[in-house]
Amino acid sequence: MNSTTVEPSAALAELRETKTDKVTIVVLSGDMDRVMAAFIIATGAAAMGMEVTMFFTFWGLNAIRKRGVSSKAKDWILRLFGILNQGGADALPLSRFHFGGLGTSMMKRVMKRHHMPDVPELIQTAQDLGVKMIACTTTMGLMGITKDTLIDGVDQLAGVSTYLAEARRGAVNLFI
Amino acid sequence: MGHADVTLDTLGYLCPMPIILTSKKIKELAPGQVLEVLSDDEGIKKDMPAWCQTTGHEMVGLEEEAVDSKKVYKAYVKKTG
Repeated sequence: MNSTTVEPSAALAELRETKTDKVTIVVLSGDMDRVMAAFIIATGAAAMGMEVTMFFTFWGLNAIRKRGVSSKAKDWILRLFGILNQGGADALPLSRFHFGGLGTSMMKRVMKRHHMPDVPELIQTAQDLGVKMIACTTTMGLMGITKDTLIDGVDQLAGVSTYLAEARRGAVNLFI
Repeated sequence: MGHADVTLDTLGYLCPMPIILTSKKIKELAPGQVLEVLSDDEGIKKDMPAWCQTTGHEMVGLEEEAVDSKKVYKAYVKKTG
């Protein structure tokens, strides 16, 4: 007679293997407040021992672009776009009350007073905690963003399949 | 609450810093040792038990103290092996 009884500990180990505590976050927005929320969740999850992957696409790419580096694309539309769409983690505008930079700089001052880390510090913390960062190649192409204009530590350039391969194993998948 | 082997001061820091600092500090402890985390962020009352539940460390207790009209929370976490 064939026994189909499964050892509970073995079943549990297998379950743990297949269902890791994994978090994925798609960062589409380049607004400072939204990017902050994304990184707060990412660093918090990493601190809880969860495996975290962040995917940056469209305006979200601005968070992982070097400051002041504009597009080196050959196409003039993309180059112009790169000039208009300035990147840099410390240059992101608030989604509301930006007021040409005045509102955002006031918010940064309040954050500093409350020992709240800003976006560059949150990115550094995320990298220290092993958060994986992936840049979307399609939107990089559309927006004239080249690899050399991204910050160091961006783990890979990839597309939707890479995201889905990670997200299908994710316990928490967010779109910000 | 009494005995703590190591104290981590996160006073003045907002979420997520207390938890991030705790996750870094706990690595310096030996299993069985107790970490005391000081915080004035009220969120710690819920966040620290949640962090313990996820990471497997033991939430020993939480104390509240009023210091100069401000609340100070002391969370005690025992490191598991």
